[in-house]
Amino acid sequence: MTDITKDAIAPPRSFLSQDAIQVFYRLLAALLICAVLAVLSDSFLSLGNILNVLRQASLTFFIASGLTLVVLTAGLDLSVGANVALSACIAGTVIHTTGSPALGILTGLACGGIVGLLNGIMVTALRIPSFIATYGMLWVLNGLTYWYMAGETLHGFPAGFRQIGSGYLFGLPIPVYLLLVFLGIGTFFAQRTVWGQEIYAIGANPVAARLSGIPVARRLLLVYAVSGTMAGLASIIFLSRLNSAEADIGESLTLPAIAAVLIGGTSLFGGVGTVFGTFIGALILTLVLNGMNLLSVSANWQPLVTGVIVILAVWLDMKTRRRAQ
Amino acid sequence: MSDALPIEVTSPTPLLELRGISKEFPGVKALDDVSFAVYPGEVHMLLGENGAGKSSLMKVLCGAYRADAGEFYYKGETVAINSTADAQKLGIAVIFQEFSLVPHLDIAQNIFLGREPKGRIPGTIDRRKILADAKRVLGTIGFDIDPSTTVDKLGVAQQQMVEIAKAISQDARILVMDEPTAALSDRETELLFALIARLKADGVSIVYISHRMAEVFALGDRITVLRDGRRIDGVRPADVTPDQLVRMMVGRNVDMTYPRHFTDKPGELLLEVKGLTAPTGISDINIEVRRGEIVGLCGLVGSGRSEVARAIFGADPVTSGQIIFDGKSISGEPDLAARRGIALIPESRKSEGLALLRSVSDNLVVSALRKLFPSGLFDQRRAQRTADGLIRQLRIATPSARQTVGLLSGGNQQKVVIGKWLAAGSKLFIFDEPTRGIDIGAKSEIFALIDRLVAEGAAALMISSEQVEICHVCDRAYVMREGRIAGHLTRSELTEENIVRLGMHHA
Repeated sequence: MTDITKDAIAPPRSFLSQDAIQVFYRLLAALLICAVLAVLSDSFLSLGNILNVLRQASLTFFIASGLTLVVLTAGLDLSVGANVALSACIAGTVIHTTGSPALGILTGLACGGIVGLLNGIMVTALRIPSFIATYGMLWVLNGLTYWYMAGETLHGFPAGFRQIGSGYLFGLPIPVYLLLVFLGIGTFFAQRTVWGQEIYAIGANPVAARLSGIPVARRLLLVYAVSGTMAGLASIIFLSRLNSAEADIGESLTLPAIAAVLIGGTSLFGGVGTVFGTFIGALILTLVLNGMNLLSVSANWQPLVTGVIVILAVWLDMKTRRRAQ
Repeated sequence: MSDALPIEVTSPTPLLELRGISKEFPGVKALDDVSFAVYPGEVHMLLGENGAGKSSLMKVLCGAYRADAGEFYYKGETVAINSTADAQKLGIAVIFQEFSLVPHLDIAQNIFLGREPKGRIPGTIDRRKILADAKRVLGTIGFDIDPSTTVDKLGVAQQQMVEIAKAISQDARILVMDEPTAALSDRETELLFALIARLKADGVSIVYISHRMAEVFALGDRITVLRDGRRIDGVRPADVTPDQLVRMMVGRNVDMTYPRHFTDKPGELLLEVKGLTAPTGISDINIEVRRGEIVGLCGLVGSGRSEVARAIFGADPVTSGQIIFDGKSISGEPDLAARRGIALIPESRKSEGLALLRSVSDNLVVSALRKLFPSGLFDQRRAQRTADGLIRQLRIATPSARQTVGLLSGGNQQKVVIGKWLAAGSKLFIFDEPTRGIDIGAKSEIFALIDRLVAEGAAALMISSEQVEICHVCDRAYVMREGRIAGHLTRSELTEENIVRLGMHHA
């Protein structure tokens, strides 16, 4: 009897999920930034600039998308930037020595994936907190890359290979197509597969997830391997776009990727967030930096602005989600 | 004023009185015009099913929630309780079920946390004074222990004592206790009762939330019954019978007898545990469970019951021995056990059974993902339909399947934990204290559910500290003592005395 009355007084709260609402807020924020920039700068709305923003955002997104899965499990992968550097250098060497871009691409992806898998093994089998395991990995990879490159720079790759990062198809940069493909794959994986659901469950409560019969260790391995492989993919696009590889190309990549994940609404405590949100996060970050360039604000201010946006985004996220504690 | 309360009381003015308190959450009216008075030096029992509003009332009392409407009077004067600081100033302290102690600090530091006596050098703590003060406070509640012991070395009962000492040191005049005996042994319960008597004599008022009828009558000076966020009645223990109280709580006649249909011919062997030994402290465990049976696993808290359950489920490593399930040997992680058809309903559902921030639907399908979506592709609508079916079948009180599971009452949360294994189609259900912190109505429902499960060919292994439950519900039972099976009781031997006799430590 009591149950029926309780049902009657409490209608379903909302037809939109919390995640959908959060993504909606972010889309609004991105549009708002666009509107402001369109007013302040004549060149913002030019086709060339918009494509440039999308291409920039895509590079951050590739790294950040894999990282999103890691963060969803309440982990962190600090080694993504260093992984990009190592994978790019190894892939570049393979292309130079064999002359085969295909082989180089495969090597880059494999290198990234193996690094990710090693992170996963440290986190699951050795039970090292992901923050520390991947922080250590960052140094190891940097060390390997510097030793391997010995101060050299690889440059000059086949024209076909360079198309990946700098080519166009029907007027759109190829990285933008790749962005759409991986945005689709990432969203589908997270929302529409059993593995995706299990990843959310692990992030929400790893103990309960294990005792609910989810193979937690195997899913974590997968998540770190995916994060590494996405870093491998990013390395190929970098290599192709820069037409060169140096040991230090990864150093400025990790922190922006984490920023994109956080601005995108994924919680560092796990279980909450979306890949699409990360895309918007990467977009917001790129838009703001692009706007600062267009308005001739000194690049020295960029880190400060990035930091403020991250803090603001996470704070607003906490404000709007608070009722569900 | 005493017109409102048809009970004669020793002191005419209540120490604290709440009038017309209401508190609403999205979708739920947690408290609806509740009035409640506490007189000096009384034990006031607060009764109600889960979701009746006890926790909400408690949180309003201690300032954790702000009432939407209503008035507070302290010794007849109007006061406001808008924050925990306000409540503390009025001398209200709450002992929650989950303690708020810092494990790696010692007893003295915990008692005076945030109020440490300052040392001569700024920023330091006067160590000698804090220990002496702690000793004195512990003395007033008759707890003889070295105050420099770190809290993580203490048992549950001792930690509770520290919580009480902390409250007393803050000059608490009203002590709110939420099911304080839920995790205590009989002996520890006696000590707690003695302490309560002592506090009463000192004029401390105690608001006591309980699900145990015996306690209500042994301790209570007055009883307030809540149901669906409303105050149903205030009575004296002498004027009511347990049955009357239960009827007030549930608003319907609940069959207090345990719904169990025993059969004389148990089914085929489902689980066979042979010589199981684990580093968690259990050794040479031999257990058999047949289809159609509910087998009890009893013993004192700490005798290794939960460890046996966890070892069978693969949650803890095993040193030696064999677990044969459905004719095949099994060893490995919980995901393997779950896939083969074993379900574990763990003791602490909040930390081990549920993802509290996720929806009811997410929690209900989490163990059945592989079964519901064999292709590996997840379909939200199908998940929702499955969840809706379970919500109806188990009568889970929730506004919708999308509701955050952490917002449900304890009994309904437990139904969600059981529901996820129903969805998974499990064959053996291992229940670890399935009725802890659950009201009588929901208890009865959960036993009816277990009965139906085994009648349909499943089997259950049930751990419970409530020996009455074991005796009424189980076909037979194993009794554990110090990590070993101390004995086996058949249905005819299954009495509380036998369980206690086998489970007791022999010096």
